[in-house]
Amino acid sequence: MTYLPKPRLHHPELPRNDLGFTRRDYEGAISTLCAGCGHDSISAAIIHACFELSLPPHRIAKLSGIGCSSKTPTYFLGNSHGFNSVHGRMPSVLTGANLANRDLIYLGVSGDGDSASIGLGQFAHAMRRGVNMTYIVENNGVYGLTKGQFSATADRGAKNKSGVANNDEAIDLVSMALQLGATFIGRGFSGDKTQLVPLIKAALSHRGAAFIDVVSPCVAFNNHAGSTKSFDYVREHNEAVNFLDVILSRAEIVTEYAPGSVREVTQHDGSVLRLRKLAEDYDVSDRIAACAYLQHRHAAGEIVTGLLYVDPEAEEMHDYLGTAIEPLNGLMEAELCPGAGALAKVNAGLR
Amino acid sequence: MQATDIANPDYFHKVVDCQWACPAHTPVPEYIRLIADQRYADAYMVNWHSNVFPGILGRTCDRPCEPACRRGRVEEEPVAICRLKRVAADFKGDVSAMMPRPAVQRNGKRIACIGAGPAAMTVARDLAPSGYEVVVFDGEARAGGFIRSQIPKFRLPEAVIDEEMGYVTDLGVETRFGQRVASLKAILAEDWDAVFVGCGAPRGRDLDLPGRQEAAANIHIGIDWLSSVSFGHVTKVGRRVIVLGGGNTAMDCCRSARRLGGTDVKVVVRSGFAEMKASPWEKEDAIGEDIPILNFMVPREFLHEDGRLVGMMFEKVHAETDAKGRRQLVPTGEQLIRIDADDVLVAVGQENAFPWIERDAGLDFDARGMPVVDEVTMQSSNPRVFFGGDAAFGPKNIIWAVAHGHQAAISIDKFCRGEDVKLRPPPMVTLASQKMGIHEWSYDNDVSLDLRFKVPHQEKSRALASIKAEVELGFDLALAFKEAQRCLNCDVQTVFAPKLCIECDACVDICPVDCITFTENGEEAELRTRLNAPAHHLFEDIYIADGLKTGRIMAKDEDVCLHCGLCAERCPTGAWDMQRFLIDLAQVSPQREHSCAR
Repeated sequence: MTYLPKPRLHHPELPRNDLGFTRRDYEGAISTLCAGCGHDSISAAIIHACFELSLPPHRIAKLSGIGCSSKTPTYFLGNSHGFNSVHGRMPSVLTGANLANRDLIYLGVSGDGDSASIGLGQFAHAMRRGVNMTYIVENNGVYGLTKGQFSATADRGAKNKSGVANNDEAIDLVSMALQLGATFIGRGFSGDKTQLVPLIKAALSHRGAAFIDVVSPCVAFNNHAGSTKSFDYVREHNEAVNFLDVILSRAEIVTEYAPGSVREVTQHDGSVLRLRKLAEDYDVSDRIAACAYLQHRHAAGEIVTGLLYVDPEAEEMHDYLGTAIEPLNGLMEAELCPGAGALAKVNAGLR
Repeated sequence: MQATDIANPDYFHKVVDCQWACPAHTPVPEYIRLIADQRYADAYMVNWHSNVFPGILGRTCDRPCEPACRRGRVEEEPVAICRLKRVAADFKGDVSAMMPRPAVQRNGKRIACIGAGPAAMTVARDLAPSGYEVVVFDGEARAGGFIRSQIPKFRLPEAVIDEEMGYVTDLGVETRFGQRVASLKAILAEDWDAVFVGCGAPRGRDLDLPGRQEAAANIHIGIDWLSSVSFGHVTKVGRRVIVLGGGNTAMDCCRSARRLGGTDVKVVVRSGFAEMKASPWEKEDAIGEDIPILNFMVPREFLHEDGRLVGMMFEKVHAETDAKGRRQLVPTGEQLIRIDADDVLVAVGQENAFPWIERDAGLDFDARGMPVVDEVTMQSSNPRVFFGGDAAFGPKNIIWAVAHGHQAAISIDKFCRGEDVKLRPPPMVTLASQKMGIHEWSYDNDVSLDLRFKVPHQEKSRALASIKAEVELGFDLALAFKEAQRCLNCDVQTVFAPKLCIECDACVDICPVDCITFTENGEEAELRTRLNAPAHHLFEDIYIADGLKTGRIMAKDEDVCLHCGLCAERCPTGAWDMQRFLIDLAQVSPQREHSCAR
């Protein structure tokens, strides 16, 4: 951390987006995390993504639970709505908020403790309900705030800072999300923003439950030899299946690629995900094959990253529930008290 | 790109834009920090060591440092470096105890300095404490040269000149004032070990137009008129005055005329406003005293009636670019414009004149009548004769004269020791970490957001009432502190140790001006296009470090770095450190045999 606020002076040629904002306008307060924390890079990636998508800050709601990761929403999107909820309960609060106002863009930020331990049930249900959101887990494999115990996502056999190996099997949130029906699933690495920023952009423009697992080394407690979530280990074992470009309008597509090497997926909002294949035969629209591929590569000791699964035609919770399109805060007396005739109609339907 | 060699003293020196731009390489951020620390005497001495005349320069310097100032690239205006120098001089108190003592023992070498201007007095200051017997000749009764004769008193009070020239003469320098040297050959015939010529550029250019002879009584050469004003020989001027020329001399002329009875003073310039040679602030000050500046008007004729000047005729021109891309002034074809005037001051440039240097004195002169002088050593074609200031390469300014003086003194010292003057002594460089704790630095790294503070001015009616009332009042201490805090401490360098770096991106994420990028190496032109922020200023270097685990390089664009140290604070491994870079450029010193350089 630092004691100083980041100076407001910025590069004189800092670009502005369609809304006239610079990237700096999407920043938050100065981080109080440890120097070098991977989470700060993820915050920076979120800032980049929101800036590049020209998202209006006041239309974003950022929600989190408890933990190092859940502190981070203070450090980005300082002009957006924020909710720091109870430990592991971010998904419920986000679901409730989404039910009340589907017009906001929901960004849930959580950690491996918040989502894979105390909040595992909450995580699972938010995924299976198809809540329209971007759910980011900042995954460092340790409990940093309590000085470095293994978390539920620590790999079996990984060693802690004092050299003791972990005996428990790791929870792989990506595999769970695949099984539970999330409609956008990716994995990134805090040390590779060229991969992470497009993933976040794609997730934010996805309609449905989007989940990104971001491996984020804990510099204080999990960046040593023997850790499987250190900068060095992740760089050595990172196996990206594809390289993603998010294209906001058709007109921008200019680059030519060899046939078969590129796949384009058009999302609900018209944005195009252009995937340059790195792993041959990997199909981002095949949920079952993705599950198998992940297991396979995990057994080989690799960390699979990239956009792993996407369903561009996904439905979301409001579609299943048939809820009002207008946010609750926009419903006026006429809609809320439709009168005796409407009541009689409802009553008649129940007879 | 090749990895940057940060051991080369020039690399970090160049990052300190102000110091690099200063001909005398004054350590600007160093003295500004001392001012913020209320150590005015120390700030003065840091200046005095480099530029010899802080009080004079703090009022009159051409400030090459300010356009170079990094603050001007990240915000609207540079730090008021020059006026902070004046603060050091104004509030220093008694510094006599901090001055070097006259040499206890003479070394037996005798040096003659011709002229007592800034160049010659710098030579005297550098040489006298190391044992040289320095004798300064000047035609005037007191030291200062053009500083005393040309700069109006409302910009530079006489007391300041007396004080700072006094510090030099107090070093055991002998002065022979009131003696104008009439012959270089005669000087060379005497037993001087070396002769330094710092006699300035003493002739103002005239304008030979119709009517020049007939109206001569009311047409004055600017620099001559200024010195007559300065010495009290001229105390009034006509009501309507035309000043010809667009340089700083023209600005001094018009503002002096305003104070000597000129109520309708106009400056008429051939070129456009932007191309005028005068410093922007001098133009501003003139306009502020109700002096219109008329541009694109070429003087054609002096009008006179009954032997008296009545006005001038001007031709309107406009700028055109010819086929070869050269800018030319072309008449617009409009009717000539008449401007009535009682006096005309001609300030259209100066030329060097050396009537006292015989052409057979053993010196080579070039086609323009200028002596042939080596730009580094200041030595002429006669190895015993050295030049500096305006006498060397034509009219420049005080800070250049000081820089020439330092170099000439080094050359004279080497020459007298029988050493090769072409081998220049290396600078002393220190690079020291400023880390005091995890988040503490020995410098104030919190970047001030204040905009440049204006120096308070004397009320206009009072200022115009007297030729001697100083217009600029200088910063008071509260303003000085705030202005000093605007300095970005560019001499506290970001030093990167690639071996320690784990490539976590923390520095990239925190940098407020996006100057750090980790990327694949490439050729400079191509690399500049894919840094995190545009890097168009080719003069500003890219700091390259290789040897990272991923095989990438660290590329830092020095251009707009705020030197806030946040990269070093966010760095978990100490790969970034903030280190103060001090460069002490070589000067003649009595302890030279024992000094070392690294």
